[in-house]
Amino acid sequence: MTQEKVSAMPNVVTPSAPVIFNPDICDGCNTCVEVCQIDVFMPNPVKGKPPIILHPDECWYGGCCVIDCPRPGAITFNWPLQQRGYWKNKATGEVHQI
Amino acid sequence: MSTWHDYFKEQGHAPDWPYPIRYDQEQEIDADVLVLGGGIAGCWAAISAARQGLNVVLVEKGDTVRSGAGGPGCDHWCNVPANPVSNVDTDEWAEHMADRPYCNGIGIQIQCREDYDCLLELEQMGGKIRDTGDEYVGAQGRDEKTKFMISPRYTRIHSYFPVPETEAEKEKFRKSEHKLSNVVIRVWGSTFKPALKKECKRLGVRIFDRVVVTSLLTENGVQGARVVGATGLNSRTGEFMIFKSKAAILATAGSGSMWLISTELGGYCNMMPRTVSGDGTAMAWRAGAELTTMENNGILRIATGYKHKWYTGAGDASYENVPIVDANGKVLPYPIQGWVDWGAMVPFPEVEEAVREKILKGEYALPFYGDFPAMPEVERNATWNLMLGEESTTKVIIKTFSNAGYDPSRDLLQSYRFIEGNSLPQWREASHSGGLLVDWDLKTTLDGLYAAGMQMFAPEDHSYAAATGRYAGRKAAAYARQVGEPKISGEQVALEKARVYAPVKRSSGMEWKELHAGIARAMQYYCSEFKTESLLKMGLGTLRRIEEESVPLLFALDPHKLMRSLEDLSLLTHAQIIIHASLARKASSTPLNFHRIDYPALDPPEWRKYLTIKLENGKVKIGELPLAFWGNMKKQYEARNKDYTGVYKGK
Ligand SMILES: Cc1cc2nc3c(=O)[nH]c(=O)nc-3n(C[C@H](O)[C@H](O)[C@H](O)COP(=O)(O)OP(=O)(O)OC[C@H]3O[C@@H](n4cnc5c(N)ncnc54)[C@H](O)[C@@H]3O)c2cc1C
Ligand code: SF4
Ligand code: SF4
Repeated sequence: MTQEKVSAMPNVVTPSAPVIFNPDICDGCNTCVEVCQIDVFMPNPVKGKPPIILHPDECWYGGCCVIDCPRPGAITFNWPLQQRGYWKNKATGEVHQI
Repeated sequence: MSTWHDYFKEQGHAPDWPYPIRYDQEQEIDADVLVLGGGIAGCWAAISAARQGLNVVLVEKGDTVRSGAGGPGCDHWCNVPANPVSNVDTDEWAEHMADRPYCNGIGIQIQCREDYDCLLELEQMGGKIRDTGDEYVGAQGRDEKTKFMISPRYTRIHSYFPVPETEAEKEKFRKSEHKLSNVVIRVWGSTFKPALKKECKRLGVRIFDRVVVTSLLTENGVQGARVVGATGLNSRTGEFMIFKSKAAILATAGSGSMWLISTELGGYCNMMPRTVSGDGTAMAWRAGAELTTMENNGILRIATGYKHKWYTGAGDASYENVPIVDANGKVLPYPIQGWVDWGAMVPFPEVEEAVREKILKGEYALPFYGDFPAMPEVERNATWNLMLGEESTTKVIIKTFSNAGYDPSRDLLQSYRFIEGNSLPQWREASHSGGLLVDWDLKTTLDGLYAAGMQMFAPEDHSYAAATGRYAGRKAAAYARQVGEPKISGEQVALEKARVYAPVKRSSGMEWKELHAGIARAMQYYCSEFKTESLLKMGLGTLRRIEEESVPLLFALDPHKLMRSLEDLSLLTHAQIIIHASLARKASSTPLNFHRIDYPALDPPEWRKYLTIKLENGKVKIGELPLAFWGNMKKQYEARNKDYTGVYKGK
């Protein structure tokens, strides 16, 4: 196992990522930062990079950031595990979860 | 790298605050009409005042483009009896709607008379209100001529809940055969908020986004005097804002989560967004405005953060027109908010109880499902793509489900009813009840201050917020035209500045969430299911202790957390108002969800009245108003709106 530096950190705020950015598609336009009524994100200090999720615990899960993003696939919604919905295939009875 | 801890690990330090810090710096702004809160009511108020050619300023905590409960969308233009497909008389329907105890007949009359005009104006602004693309041809409720999509909601009843009070009334509803009301229209509401913001800008409204309003300013700083402006805080820079106004319209909506906070899902503890946090109610109270029905609150049913439910919670099957089946496919006797029932959103309590019994006996197997595949294709599409696609926070739910492989023509959508349990009676919310008392001009009891939308007492829904906002904008503009220049009190501003910045002067102590949870717990213990004089007084004592001992410890590390801290200070005030109002009502009441163990008589005749509450010289003052104090709705409305010109035709 490679040795990496371990810092003393407090617990990570959970859930920590209401959305997931795809850095290959996101161009850091910050539309999502602006439409978020809660101000969950902050612009990345490095221009052109995806925003930073600063206040994940305040997310309303209203999804405007995802809906209004001009670059499809740049940002995807990520329900906290305990909120992920289920469905069942009517013919086979197979159960799925998001 | 997208989370804070990723950044920390990679860079070895926390990111710098991304905006310039301007604590203590001031900006002064003058307005003829100042609109506080840029949600649905606020945007409409600003637009309507700006159409009168006045200097209008709009102040919004988030970004007006998507802020507020209606920011992400709206599927139901809920109560629009004046639409051409409607089968009811507008004024009769308004009276019918106002035939519920402790509602707001003034707002309802305005909604019924004017929200169809709002809808047509929305279309002029670029909002989508009809099936112009012929996507839903053949769906029940679609009118070929207008291409309006009538919703199966309120088909025969006039509220979300089937709550007829007598057996005879219940029987009437069950048998109800009269024709459909056609008063609710399905709309493409995700197009609305951006269109409203654009129209505000086009009309020259100056918008201040990311500014949280913290207080109202009154003439000479006197409680109960004319409102002459407001103060605000930029939640990114910490800059202090001073707004001067001839007339102000408060539209910050009702309270957020009061009795409950999940500290990990803190943004999601009731249906409303966190930004809707009772600020307006608290600041109007401090300014001396009269409030009413503050003792009314009910159990928080959805989106508690602890439950998994529709709207702000990952989907549920109990949507409009969708048959509910058990795990073996047996159809449940539920209302499905559809064409085959009477259009309510929840079942009669006895139906719910019968289902529960059958679950326990093994006659119904859990979990339940929404049987989307059983629906005719066009109805399924209308519910999934239009209703869910446009109803606010649900647009992203269908997107997420679809991306994960859910196909409504093939798959049953799980319901969480029963398996997630009921909410505790101590998990309550106040967002749909108490608020500012208004007159037929939507003027509050303070000169210079108007209110609209959910800021008012007993508010309704989206189209109600739109119509009342537009109306308040008109009336406030008329007042602003004839009133003298406002003068603000430097002393009042200085006191507010000291209050606002106190938490950033400290870097340790108590953070906002802990304060919030403490207030919530006090409300759970002392102002919930069991109310008595002594419990309520213990509640006031606890809140006073929080004020004296915990508030001085409140700290905020940056302007954003300062905003959240100020919201919780509003909450503290709001909680105190609720307890004072609860102490004043010395009787129990079913429609107010209000049960005093020491005054058990339910709705005795002498207590069938509104209680009003305000601060006068710093002391709580209780008053009262008779039910339906607004008089004859049609006559009162017409007497005051002779000059109303209908749909906007100007440029
Ligand atoms: C998930 C969801 C679905 C809904 N679906 C429908 C529907 O289909 N049909 C329907 O009729 N209704 C629906 N509603 C209700 C509807 O959205 C509300 O009735 C409507 O938005 C109320 O309008 P408002 O202007 O009073 O409040 P809001 O639209 O919530 O606006 C209040 C604004 O005030 C701002 N604010 C608060 N405090 C401050 C402050 N201190 N300083 C500055 N700004 C402040 C907030 O940021 C917010 O933008 C839904 C609500 C939700 C949450
Ligand atoms: S996720 Fe989308 S909206 Fe956000 S910065 Fe990236 S490209 Fe822009
Ligand atoms: S879902 Fe809403 S609250 Fe959460 S980050 Fe996106 S825009 Fe902000």
